[in-house]
Amino acid sequence: MADTADLSKGLPTNPEKATLEGKNKFLGMFVFLAGEVTMFATFFGTYLGLRDGTAGGPEPADLFQLPLVFIMTMILLTSSLTSVLAVYAMKKNQFQKLKLWMWVTFLLGVSFLSLEIYEFVEYYEHGLGYTSSAFASSFYTLVGLHGAHVLFGLGWILLLLLRYRGTGVTLSNAPKFYAFSLYWHFIDVVWVFIFTVVYLMGIGA
Amino acid sequence: MAENLDQSFEESSMSNEEKRKINREQRIQIIAFAFMIGITILAFLAVGSEQLPGVFTIPFILFLAFVQLILQLYYFMHLKDKDHGWPNSFMISGLVLAAPMVVSLILLIGIVKY
Repeated sequence: MADTADLSKGLPTNPEKATLEGKNKFLGMFVFLAGEVTMFATFFGTYLGLRDGTAGGPEPADLFQLPLVFIMTMILLTSSLTSVLAVYAMKKNQFQKLKLWMWVTFLLGVSFLSLEIYEFVEYYEHGLGYTSSAFASSFYTLVGLHGAHVLFGLGWILLLLLRYRGTGVTLSNAPKFYAFSLYWHFIDVVWVFIFTVVYLMGIGA
Repeated sequence: MAENLDQSFEESSMSNEEKRKINREQRIQIIAFAFMIGITILAFLAVGSEQLPGVFTIPFILFLAFVQLILQLYYFMHLKDKDHGWPNSFMISGLVLAAPMVVSLILLIGIVKY
């Protein structure tokens, strides 16, 4: 309960869960992420079912470039680590460090998204339009949905960083930064399966 | 209480013991991250080298992805920590639902329909 947090000695050890509101946000975030798991499962299943239906158009092995996917993977993995470091800085009441690591996360996310847009443009120029084949539609929908999640996450963290640029760690913003970091790790988990199931299996199979 | 929510703090209430613990945890997270990078490189090498047969590569990279899923959920998202009982049950039920969904979609639209 909010009333039980002891503030006399400074910021509580787990500021994201020090208030009832923070606890509810923490739990609600996991309910949301569990729902996201099942939603992404349907998109993965559809892609795996339809990926052989190329209708004479470009095939996965013709399009995918391992070096580009590798760079994107490394960028997103690193941004997951920087958001972990941001959360540790938050727990230690180091607000400048929290902001710094979150900005690094934001910039890594922007570069990931730019590479994904570049990738889609490249595929389009190779003749893979959204309606070219069943493979094309399911590929763009699955990977595009992940890209849309990244875009949403970038808007989220940008808003938090701008709104709380000068406040320090408080009991009202700590749960928000923490919820963002959970979301960002989840986006990374989805990408792990996308690069394995879509790209590596598309090239290796 | 409400007016305290937007108050910032001069210092953290962590004891030295808690500080040592959190710094140790942070080091473990960085090791987990290095491990994730390692298995990612391994997965790309397994496919990129083009030396290995598909019957081996595909189960292998799926296994590596699963290891990475566990690392992300249990270390980065702290599911291994105490007081994460409900988050654990939500995420596990999500995954339990997801597995048959993927399999049935592959069977329904991938194999039965074509």
